[in-house]
Amino acid sequence: MIRNNLMDLDIFDFYDKMEKNNIMLSFKGDITSELLTSILQIMESKMDTMEESPKIKKKVYNILVECLQNLYHHIDENPIASANGEKDKTAIFMIVKEGDKYSIITGNYMYNDSVSMMKGRLEKINAMSKDELKEYYKEVLNNGEMSEKGGGGLGMIDIARKSGKPLEFQFYPVDSKHSFFSLNINIAQ
Amino acid sequence: MEHLNIEGTPKTPTIKFDAVKGELLIRGRSIPENSIEFYKPLVDMLEAYTSKPLGNTKVDVQLEYFNTSSSKCILDIFKRLEVLNSNGSNVIINWHYEEDDEDMLEAGEDYQAIISVPFKMIQINEE
Repeated sequence: MIRNNLMDLDIFDFYDKMEKNNIMLSFKGDITSELLTSILQIMESKMDTMEESPKIKKKVYNILVECLQNLYHHIDENPIASANGEKDKTAIFMIVKEGDKYSIITGNYMYNDSVSMMKGRLEKINAMSKDELKEYYKEVLNNGEMSEKGGGGLGMIDIARKSGKPLEFQFYPVDSKHSFFSLNINIAQ
Repeated sequence: MEHLNIEGTPKTPTIKFDAVKGELLIRGRSIPENSIEFYKPLVDMLEAYTSKPLGNTKVDVQLEYFNTSSSKCILDIFKRLEVLNSNGSNVIINWHYEEDDEDMLEAGEDYQAIISVPFKMIQINEE
């Protein structure tokens, strides 16, 4: 068995957990534009090879784009890296396929100051019916507010609309300034 | 400038604007991280065109995917077309969607509900 002495990391155990949890693809590190392009290409060709229906392929692709671009635009710094004086914006994501059900799981650091606002937004979205989500999407689309890069609060609403399932989330307290935010998107067939 | 030709990439659509014919085409994928920057040349060109438009303007939107960052830019373009439509050019927006792509049809209907320009939903049948 290969063991890393520093962290006592058991690579086989790691592999086995990923295998047993049906993780198709996993990444931890810097989220760059080039990375997103590659991941999207990999997932697209994987789904082609698996001969997924055009409908499920489009849904997974669309939701993946939004999840990954959310990470790209909104990661707050990693407290371990910033303590070392580095400017590190890392995150983790996983794509899981269990039976014919896809899930996309993301995790990233967030400032504690932002937690209650984020929690409120997610709870508001989860409380809405399909029709209410459609109306809310149109309202935010048309509210005239645009962030610097064009987003403007539509990402989570779009993910909820397209996935057809509640957004599962959790905030793990890290220290006085940071939390770790995880989002689990289940995609209805 | 009478023509705008932007080649498509894996993250950005092909854009063709022909001010001589009054035709605009947006086709492909629109999933850039920075949509405002990408759509700026089209926005600028539409602005110039609006000052001396043709009697008819035909717009074809045939997107396979678009992200939420693009969706506000697309609305911005449609709002400019709305202005154009009330300033002497008859605008028609053809919204193309693939058979089975309910999300894309619904996205077109969302725009149709917001914008007062004639919209036509056109289903693309798969080969």
